[in-house]
Amino acid sequence: MNSSWIILGATSGIARAVIRKLAAQGHGMFLAGRNMAELEAIAADCRLRGARMAEVMAFDARDHSNYGDLIARLRDEEGELNCAVFTGSMPEQEAIDTDPSMIEGVLADSLTGPATFLTMLAPLMEERGCGAIAGVGSVAGDRGRLGNYVYGAAKSGFATYLSGLRNRLGRSGVHVMTIKPGPVDTPMTYGMELPLMTTPDAVADDILNGLHRKTNVLYTRKIWRLVMGIIRVIPEPIFKKMSI
Amino acid sequence: MDWKETEYAGWGRALRAKGTVARPDTRRALGALEPAPAFGMRRSYGDAALNSHGRAVDMSGLDRLIAFDPDTAELHAEAGARIGDIASAFAPRGWLPAVMPGTGFATLGGCIGQDVHGKNHHHMGSFGQHVTEITLLQKTREITVTPGSALFKATLGGLGQTGTILRAKIRLIPCKGDVMVVTERRAPDWDSHLALLDASTASYTVGWIDATATGDSLGRGIIEEGESAAGIVKPRKGARKVPFNAPHFALAAPVVRAFNWAYYHRVPAHGRSLVRPLQDFFFPLDKIHDWNKLYGQRGFHQFQCVVPLEQADTLREMLVEIAASGLASPLAVLKRMGPGRAGYLSFPMEGYTLAIDFPNRPAARALIQRLEARAAAAGGRLYFAKDSLAQGAQIAAMYPELPDWQTEVAKADPAGALETDMTRRLKLRSAT
Repeated sequence: MNSSWIILGATSGIARAVIRKLAAQGHGMFLAGRNMAELEAIAADCRLRGARMAEVMAFDARDHSNYGDLIARLRDEEGELNCAVFTGSMPEQEAIDTDPSMIEGVLADSLTGPATFLTMLAPLMEERGCGAIAGVGSVAGDRGRLGNYVYGAAKSGFATYLSGLRNRLGRSGVHVMTIKPGPVDTPMTYGMELPLMTTPDAVADDILNGLHRKTNVLYTRKIWRLVMGIIRVIPEPIFKKMSI
Repeated sequence: MDWKETEYAGWGRALRAKGTVARPDTRRALGALEPAPAFGMRRSYGDAALNSHGRAVDMSGLDRLIAFDPDTAELHAEAGARIGDIASAFAPRGWLPAVMPGTGFATLGGCIGQDVHGKNHHHMGSFGQHVTEITLLQKTREITVTPGSALFKATLGGLGQTGTILRAKIRLIPCKGDVMVVTERRAPDWDSHLALLDASTASYTVGWIDATATGDSLGRGIIEEGESAAGIVKPRKGARKVPFNAPHFALAAPVVRAFNWAYYHRVPAHGRSLVRPLQDFFFPLDKIHDWNKLYGQRGFHQFQCVVPLEQADTLREMLVEIAASGLASPLAVLKRMGPGRAGYLSFPMEGYTLAIDFPNRPAARALIQRLEARAAAAGGRLYFAKDSLAQGAQIAAMYPELPDWQTEVAKADPAGALETDMTRRLKLRSAT
């Protein structure tokens, strides 16, 4: 059966690693994002590495006006549809503190944009009764922290949305996986000193394994499940005095 | 953040550099950086990729395949694309890079910068002979280079000194599929080893040599011959990793002797044929990620030279000295090369090439320097992809076209912005 992957935020560092592996497996690829020239280059790369087909789609998390057209295109594509979401933006918390209007953009990139798209895509996937959705949250969404709590709030909201979507789509045979990566060595984090860093390639392997096993919530690296488990149980009176 | 302070090393890990490194993932991000020497996966053993106290650009993120034309068999790709990835993607469709080095992690840009060779050098020549176009970035200007020009010859094997290699077109060759039929035969001593190499008519031929064997067994080894084929074999499992630096005794002389004895005898006396995944034949060491850590914290050196056919005895004398030293590792390769080379500083010459790893110790460094002197005296050459210990004067004598290269490099990079630890150590750009 034909199988296709829609990738939202296809130019992100993690997305590129995942896309490459999916292309090598022969899937059809719909690469969605804002930088069309860059998307075209990735699409050409996909075709040469074994993708059944690769198309680009203009997708802006902050502008939902063309989502209907995108869904219409996907309706025409036969077979199993899958969707992976890598959109998100992480401005410095201090920048947001000076200019609170940035909050809307952060929420759109990580939450309202992809959630709007997925909500429009969901009926199509329910109809076909197969496929998977993988959405990238973050360990930062597990607890609000001094350093990035707006970003954390957006990711936490998206994780809650995915949890509900899983509850809904599981009934029609569509699997929804929430991915919670710790720091990953991508262009976004290049040069930063971050703990328990991993590579996009390792995260991509974890994601494909997780999809294969139908994992619900995937922490990558795995150690983050433990770390965040501990951070989550710190009582609020103590946590509010900490800066981690 | 564009630049990061870091310490990095060549594959041998004996030579290291402290400096700032950028890792752009798009052409645009690269364009925003000041000119600096570029490197790929840092699979050169010595200091070809290093720029101590300076800047360097990691090109591994610029690795997109751009286009393939089945009529001309030309593949266009960005410089960071890895040869092993290209092979994996194209072999099932019946195409392979015409020349592949011993590691699939080598990038297109690196293969050009070192004009690498493979197990089929005797038939197909060097990597650069199958390059049909290179796009260089000189400061902010993109320049297209094609075969025949002096700049092309200075770029092939040119250690990145003529500009940053952005993209290139290479001609692929047809193959039957993504498996290899491999024939392995024992060569019980030096003379039979050379005779088997000389007589081989296979597409791909290489000899593993037991560098610990002495006396009547000196030079013994296993000749591997390969042909591509269609078929199904169990694909290789995910690569293993070396989790930590091995202790120094891991490659002590008795261990290596025992390993080599077993490795030699695993092939039956009458030889054998087997079917292997393509990657296992071309890139056997890639099965273990970070195998360079097996040499411990101090790292290792690889000595590789080529000598003219009539100087085969020089290699034999080298082997006597190596075997007596007790310093050799299991990684030792003997191969007959053809004359094919593409650039002024390309390594290949018609003759025999010997490559051996040594742990980074004072005795081994002294031994390598003696071997280098022997190679020089025999009219041979040392390989920039491997070298970490040679002297500038020696190198100038081995590469008679060095002045031609210098002329082109002086035009391409007059400010010396692309100099590396290697070009400075060997005074490549200033030697007369």
